[in-house]
Amino acid sequence: MEPEQPGRDTEQEPLHEEAHLPGPSLYPIGFAIGIVVLLVGLVIDPLLISSIGAAIAIVFGFLWAREATREMRAEQVVVEPERRELPGAGEPAAEEPGFAPPPVEPTKVTRSVFLEGSTIGLGALIGGLITVPVAGFAVLPSFLDQKQHKVDMGPLETFALNQWYISTFTVDPAEGEVSRRTAFIRNNGFVADPQTKQQVPSFTIISNHCVHLGCPVQANGPTAQILNMKILHEQTANGKLTLDPVVPAGYGCPCHGGQYDPEGNRIAGPPVRALDRYSYEINHGRLVLLSTYSVSHVVGTGAQAKIYKYKDYGPGQHVDGPEAWFYPIPPPHH
Amino acid sequence: MATFRRKPSKGELRRQRAEEIVMFPLDWLEERSGLIGGVKYFLFRNVPSDINWMQTLGSAALTAFIVQAVTGVILAMYYTPSAATDPHTGQPVAWESIVNISDNVFMGWLVRGMHRWGASVFIILMFLHMGRVFLFGAYKYPRELNWIVGVLILLMGMLEGFTGYLLPWDQTAYWATVVGINLNGTAPILGPWLAQFLRGGQEISGETLTRFYSLHMLVIPGAIIALITLHLYLVVRLGVTSPPWSKDAAGGDPEEAEPERLRPGLTRPVPRGAGASAMQAEPGGRQ
Repeated sequence: MEPEQPGRDTEQEPLHEEAHLPGPSLYPIGFAIGIVVLLVGLVIDPLLISSIGAAIAIVFGFLWAREATREMRAEQVVVEPERRELPGAGEPAAEEPGFAPPPVEPTKVTRSVFLEGSTIGLGALIGGLITVPVAGFAVLPSFLDQKQHKVDMGPLETFALNQWYISTFTVDPAEGEVSRRTAFIRNNGFVADPQTKQQVPSFTIISNHCVHLGCPVQANGPTAQILNMKILHEQTANGKLTLDPVVPAGYGCPCHGGQYDPEGNRIAGPPVRALDRYSYEINHGRLVLLSTYSVSHVVGTGAQAKIYKYKDYGPGQHVDGPEAWFYPIPPPHH
Repeated sequence: MATFRRKPSKGELRRQRAEEIVMFPLDWLEERSGLIGGVKYFLFRNVPSDINWMQTLGSAALTAFIVQAVTGVILAMYYTPSAATDPHTGQPVAWESIVNISDNVFMGWLVRGMHRWGASVFIILMFLHMGRVFLFGAYKYPRELNWIVGVLILLMGMLEGFTGYLLPWDQTAYWATVVGINLNGTAPILGPWLAQFLRGGQEISGETLTRFYSLHMLVIPGAIIALITLHLYLVVRLGVTSPPWSKDAAGGDPEEAEPERLRPGLTRPVPRGAGASAMQAEPGGRQ
């Protein structure tokens, strides 16, 4: 039993109003595409792409408005004084010569329909004018002006040849502790640059962010205490830098058990690729870390390693194979 | 005003005056807003005679949400969503403000504990309520929409859990959020964009904390309140279902329900003097 069903004795009064739906139109789709191009352009190239998007939106918006108002423009809207026919009141006035009112064509857009439409339209316009900047403010800053950080890691001599270090450093001193990162660094010594044939320093710098879901991987192997070596503490342009010597047999993640070899190749567990690496430059004899990049796998070791390098992807995202098709457009990075 | 067959005693007069004093503001409000009638309509609805305690799980979940809202408002008076480091102690400001609430603010430990454990209670009660609705078949026509609204409330509750977990700004909070956001990041196509939006950039930072705080205490609670309002509206409109073992609901032709406007006690006043006995004489309306 449904005690609170709407009463069955109340009859629905048939609706006499008919909906005046506009005919199907493709212009709104073009307008929407223009807006999308405009917004995407704000991320990619505000000057060129956004202008194209704005132009598309304006053209289609104009065509759309013209189409929607075609009926209104085609007919002259004659403002007619409101009249009520009195029941049984005959039509004496029309019979008299000289008093016949001019014939008025019936119009579809009555005063009330026009007022209703303009109220809703104005409301939507005002709402849109408020929503667009607010939504942009909420969403776009995450994607615009991603800063490229340079991390000063101190002089090259600090890093003993072929020794791995667990290095912790602050990416952005203004940001504070939350920007503290860890990387595994090995000095591979000097190798010949294939183009210039000059001897240049080579480093292997592996990020400790697990490429499963971003937990911190640990080096599997003895660290300074067991190796009877000193942990190095330094002050650099980026603040406190710690270098803890280690002999890694590989890296392991404490969260879900992902395992990697010393070059960062995945050997077991849920990770989808090899560990990310930092690109670097040498500046006045000091090692400077730049952005990270993603790696599908590495063949060989040290300075001779062949690194299969990709743009920076997030943890859990494939960079090669059919699964990479799931991530066609990565968000803008520095 | 009642008329007396005999001269009213002093006690009766006093009672009458007291009644008038109490009723005056209520009548004033009712005449101008209809709110008293509205509240009566909401609270004193007819329900099947064979409902049981399991049908109170929804109200229990609502109570848990109200507890979360009230304790949350109080916590917000003392909490600082800042990832900056306090120069005096070297600790993050957000984490210090949590420690302050727990250790120094009077009864702060209690309010924070209520909010922390109440969060789990809210989710558990929503699941139990959902199970009750499922097992009673109360999601069926015409209540499908209310099931959908309920699922949205559950989803919002879980988002509250996710965003609230970061706010203590300790190691657990940080790494749980790292993993949670990266899980979102593995969704096809838009996943990486969603993750970057949640982080407020490429990496978790102070902006992630303020963003989660805003979502946790403004955006999602607003959505939950709106959804609960819709949920309750549908409950009132569609009524409460009988349990599946209900004999009333199973037996014979359903009685013709009387239109609501004719039922006593809702919008039509109960006949004076008849009181509760009149309601009992005609359950669900006139026979």
